[in-house]
Amino acid sequence: MVHKSLEQACLIMDRSGVDTRKCMMCGKCSATCPAFDEMDYHPHQFVKMVTEGDIESLLSSKSLWKCLSCFACVERCPRGVEPANVVEALRVTLLRRQGENYITADDIPGLLDDKLPQQAIVSAFRKYKK
Amino acid sequence: MIYTYYPGCTLKTKAKDLDLYARKSATALGVTLEEPEDWQCCGAVYPLARDEIATRLSAVRTLVSARDNKRAVVTVCSACHHVLVRVNDDMKNDADMRGKVNRYLELENEYGGETEVIHYLTMLRDKIGFDEIKKKVVKPLEGKKIAAYYGCMLLRPSKIMAFDDAENPTIIEDFIKALGAEPVIYPFRNECCGGYVTMSDKSLAKKAAGKVMASAKDNGAELIITACPLCMYNLDANGGADKLPVRYFTELLAEALDVK
Repeated sequence: MVHKSLEQACLIMDRSGVDTRKCMMCGKCSATCPAFDEMDYHPHQFVKMVTEGDIESLLSSKSLWKCLSCFACVERCPRGVEPANVVEALRVTLLRRQGENYITADDIPGLLDDKLPQQAIVSAFRKYKK
Repeated sequence: MIYTYYPGCTLKTKAKDLDLYARKSATALGVTLEEPEDWQCCGAVYPLARDEIATRLSAVRTLVSARDNKRAVVTVCSACHHVLVRVNDDMKNDADMRGKVNRYLELENEYGGETEVIHYLTMLRDKIGFDEIKKKVVKPLEGKKIAAYYGCMLLRPSKIMAFDDAENPTIIEDFIKALGAEPVIYPFRNECCGGYVTMSDKSLAKKAAGKVMASAKDNGAELIITACPLCMYNLDANGGADKLPVRYFTELLAEALDVK
């Protein structure tokens, strides 16, 4: 198990382009996160858990789908850690598994309204489905 | 001044005002915007994962076509701008990515991030100048208290986007002043409106949009302007019952230049 989790941690670091070990746990990413209140694991915990190889807990977390990709954490991290990139690498990792799409084409009609911009639909397929 | 103009999917459909008034104002300012016939959707969201190659290709095609025409690309939509600038940065600075994309596309001339991507607002600021625009204003928007909503995608990450100071931006306020109106500074102008989850998580989208709206309102704004069709939609749909009107910056420009 140790080997497996280390392997997964390396995969997430490669996929995100982030070395999570640079984090000094100041918590600025979580303090600035607009989705903080909605999350089970917070941005600084994402970073720490990747370093520790606890990937599966993150893959089944609610937080994965609460991150708004607003890059506030990326901009404000004093160590250049880029937590939002870590979250996206985890989302992609999950979506690439069979049967793990977060949205399907059949869900779309129920989510539409007259004013919804095309970019929301295009990006939904990019963000939630592989 | 001639530029390649990249409208993107939403400006052709739900954000026609953003497109129409960008074109009309450009003509009034002596700028020619050439729209390529065969442009493709940029993908709407920048693929953050380093091993996402195919999702970067359509943006690269746009950048290559502009390079071949020897023109800089002008964007209007915040999302298109974000995607094109960041993919261009990958092509310039990430040798691994550059190699993979070029091998995939088998281009006649390899692409290495040569194209300049500018946003319509930075074109106004850096290529024309707000002082020049001020001179061309026919109908100044006097007495209007306008809140600039920057959102996320134009500003962050600032070391790549290089749009303005990410924490204390001034470009849209300077734009508002050039049109003769009064900019309203408020704390949430560069915080997220929640547009990212507008389809998947209404309650979070409402919470985030409500905070932006309340912040603009509490600071005395009567109107919000934005460059982003997704922010426009989200602030309007999820900004609460007591929301302010939201309009595209290009519409106000056209109004002030009297070409609306």
